[in-house]
Amino acid sequence: MMEQIIDIISWIMLTSGGFFVLIGGIGALRLPNFYTRMHAASVTDTMGTFLILGGVILQAGFTLAAIKLLAILAFLLLTSPTASYALASAAILSGLKPETKAMLDEGAKAQ
Amino acid sequence: MIIIFAVFLLTLLVITAIGIVRAENLFVAVMLTSIFSLIMAANFFILDAADVALTEAAIGAGVTTVIFLGALSLTAEREKKVDVSRGLAICVVVATALVLIYATFDKPRLGDPEAPVHQHVAPWYLSETETLIGIPNVVTAVLGSYRAYDTLGEVFVVLAACIGVLFLFSARREKKNDNTLNSLTSPKSIGLQHHFIPRVVGRILLPFIILFGLYVQFHGEYGPGGGFQAGAILATGIILFALLEGEQRALAAIPSRALLWMVAGGAMLYSLVGVVGLLLGGNFLDYSVLSTDPVFGQQIGIILIELGVGITVCGALLSIFHAFAARENY
Amino acid sequence: MSMYAIVSIAILVTMIMALIRALYGPSLYDRVLAVNMFGTKTVLLLSVVAFLYGRPDFLDLALAYALINFVGILAVLGFFQSQSSDQPEEPEK
Repeated sequence: MMEQIIDIISWIMLTSGGFFVLIGGIGALRLPNFYTRMHAASVTDTMGTFLILGGVILQAGFTLAAIKLLAILAFLLLTSPTASYALASAAILSGLKPETKAMLDEGAKAQ
Repeated sequence: MIIIFAVFLLTLLVITAIGIVRAENLFVAVMLTSIFSLIMAANFFILDAADVALTEAAIGAGVTTVIFLGALSLTAEREKKVDVSRGLAICVVVATALVLIYATFDKPRLGDPEAPVHQHVAPWYLSETETLIGIPNVVTAVLGSYRAYDTLGEVFVVLAACIGVLFLFSARREKKNDNTLNSLTSPKSIGLQHHFIPRVVGRILLPFIILFGLYVQFHGEYGPGGGFQAGAILATGIILFALLEGEQRALAAIPSRALLWMVAGGAMLYSLVGVVGLLLGGNFLDYSVLSTDPVFGQQIGIILIELGVGITVCGALLSIFHAFAARENY
Repeated sequence: MSMYAIVSIAILVTMIMALIRALYGPSLYDRVLAVNMFGTKTVLLLSVVAFLYGRPDFLDLALAYALINFVGILAVLGFFQSQSSDQPEEPEK
């Protein structure tokens, strides 16, 4: 009984994690601007990582593999948002300007 | 299942390779090279070769990208256009490719159990390692004991490569007067000290990276690991420190003399184990004489030479990184 | 067993999309974003496939890569910083 509940929960987590990862990929491909792509990539990265690794940990039980997976999860949760922050701050400091509504309106008026 | 993985990954590999060759901006080429080595690591992993995948990930995606970026900051950003006719080159490449493809028709299929290597060579190693050496990871047993000469050669190749790079970099340029890249207070030598969050996270991560490097070094007999991988991971950790805190502090922590001692000392340690084998009555690099129990002697020998390999690789990668990044200070 | 296969195919498709972004991205930062995404997906793929194959001792690879990916991205940040201090212009394709 307990095993079936754990199986169902981990199945739900794995599929929703895969779904989020796919959405992140589509977002990184289709969104118009660097900063919007950054949103898609980094937010869904962290969410998808948490769900997928959580699902695999539930399947692993109380073994050494589960501890290693917890370590991977902890390091990814720590470094992935920091890498996104570092990249966005490098982009701003180098002068890549985010498109504001005023710039889009100007572009529409110019056409 | 493996067919799907293999088709996906190999197609990605070809697309990335075409992208690398066609890119004019060298930075783009460096980023695509990093993706290339990641795909190769995933490929090796799917083919069940964990040791090679770990080495490819640690060296290709980590240290090589950092060293390429260091080299890129010293040169131009775009590839120079060369106006030469490529007809002869295309003919030679196509002829060589056709000959090689024709030569693969004689090879056995991948993983064919009737192949000679699976009938005669592999079963001997798989059955005899338990009694002769007693460690579970047969790859480390082959690398460290059965084929220890080849690994000795590899360590000396790493040493020679490091010496070669350091010779190239020790040629002094003429001092330019107002070039900011040459001054000691240039941002490259200060590091990322103005960015608070990466510094804090890097400081949290650094002990874990070093600990993981030591784990991979000493756990190489039981799981994927060994000297090469551990040296690369340790070098990555110290490169993280150098990136975050600046070159001066990294060179103060591990000075360049210590690095040269590490590079030469690891190779010396390896040869010393071989010579001790000679002095104790066996052959060169015969570990069985290192202790009263031959199996235990083999394990001692493998641990010592892996330590030598790890020290040399770590020292070599760090020396090359410092040679690029701290060009004016080295 | 089959749920691992579905998740690994989803991760592979995302890796393809990240690669397309790395090839087409108009600015340099798009490509670095794609490399970062590719790295995280590789760690996830390695963890899931290690379970698919029933070899949990291959998780060392995923752990190593999770630690090393970060260092690569920080090196890129340091590179941009040194470039922008020499030439204060916006890097483009």
